[in-house]
Amino acid sequence: MFNTDTLNALRRLLLAMADDHLIIGHRNSEWTGLGPILEEDIAFSSIAQDKIGHALGLYSILYEQLGEADPDTLAFMRNETDFTSCQLVEYPIGEYDFSLVRHLLFDVAALIRFEDASHSAYDPLAKLARKVKGEIKYHVFHASTFVKQLGQGSEESKARMQSALNQNMALALGMFESFEGEALLVQQGIYKGEAAIRTAWLGEVGAIVEEAGLKMPDAEKLEPIYGGRKGFHTEYLQPLLDEMTEVFRIDPAAEW
Amino acid sequence: MVNATTDTQAIWDAIATVMDPEIPVLSVVDLGIITDVQITEEGAVQVRMTPTFSGCPAIKLMEKQVHDAVASLGFAEVQVETNFDVTWSSNRISEKGREIIKNFGLAPPPKYKDEPDMKLLEHTACPYCNSTNTTLKTPFGPTLCRSMHYCYDCLQAFEQFKPI
Repeated sequence: MFNTDTLNALRRLLLAMADDHLIIGHRNSEWTGLGPILEEDIAFSSIAQDKIGHALGLYSILYEQLGEADPDTLAFMRNETDFTSCQLVEYPIGEYDFSLVRHLLFDVAALIRFEDASHSAYDPLAKLARKVKGEIKYHVFHASTFVKQLGQGSEESKARMQSALNQNMALALGMFESFEGEALLVQQGIYKGEAAIRTAWLGEVGAIVEEAGLKMPDAEKLEPIYGGRKGFHTEYLQPLLDEMTEVFRIDPAAEW
Repeated sequence: MVNATTDTQAIWDAIATVMDPEIPVLSVVDLGIITDVQITEEGAVQVRMTPTFSGCPAIKLMEKQVHDAVASLGFAEVQVETNFDVTWSSNRISEKGREIIKNFGLAPPPKYKDEPDMKLLEHTACPYCNSTNTTLKTPFGPTLCRSMHYCYDCLQAFEQFKPI
């Protein structure tokens, strides 16, 4: 149905989305036991579990439909430079304000991606997206509720939210790095395309930020932090992969 | 020669003995995750399931239990497959399932049209006293499918099987 160039672009898209969800899922899970209040501990842990499920769904399409390695191999046995996740997701969790704002910026984009993908001309992605988008709605609801509360809270919470937003913005713009063959996917109705997603994202994030009483950084004046989609990563990804794969590497053939 | 009609009903009945491990009084049939049961001409059984949540940790266990329940009827070949062909939503939970969820102490998910609005979570009816003078404490609970709430009338915290 699709030619080789289109299928290769599709592989790049699915791998980037899967890697983003796997890595942000791992980072979110690092809040387990550390959340500032019990409810947030549970929320970040539950969201992490959803993200790993979304990554699994995307890796499964690559394996079952597109001839790539099985999900465990893709998740646990690739080198750092084979990961095409954006750099936003690999940064350490930092303080709660950084993680919360990253969660908002990531999930608003993820919701736009999956809502669009639920109408994709590539059926396996459309089916998965119809499931995933309902779950991500809860993630956006969670993030925006807390960002609004803290943005309208004390002087300190407001200042921390603003600084986390400023800190995250150039990294978050790196989510929309274009990739080879993207135009083919847009032409054939498989994918909305990074530029269109970025525009929609700026609108939706801007509205939440305004409601929170914060100031939206001027995206046009920022240099997006690209590179992740091409396998260029910060010093933070390799240690994450080492930790994530530690148990797997003890006995890769183990039955779970 | 198999009698496909009676056998299909027997298979559904057998599958209905498998419970959701997180709500062990609710069967997988009432939960609405069984999307298709077929008997092939060769007499093999194919069961299709759809997950409630894409990260549901119980799906492999439920697949195995559904397999074993059908195999116990004497079918030599039973295939259970989970896929996203049919999208699960909380609207797929049966009326009986909603009663069971409420009696279990969880607020059942409200039915909705098209897509659930997060406002649905704000005044969930308390499963203990039916009051809607309640508030959402957090959209994430002890399992992926539950949110946590508080009732101002009977002064109890409660959980909801959330609309999704």
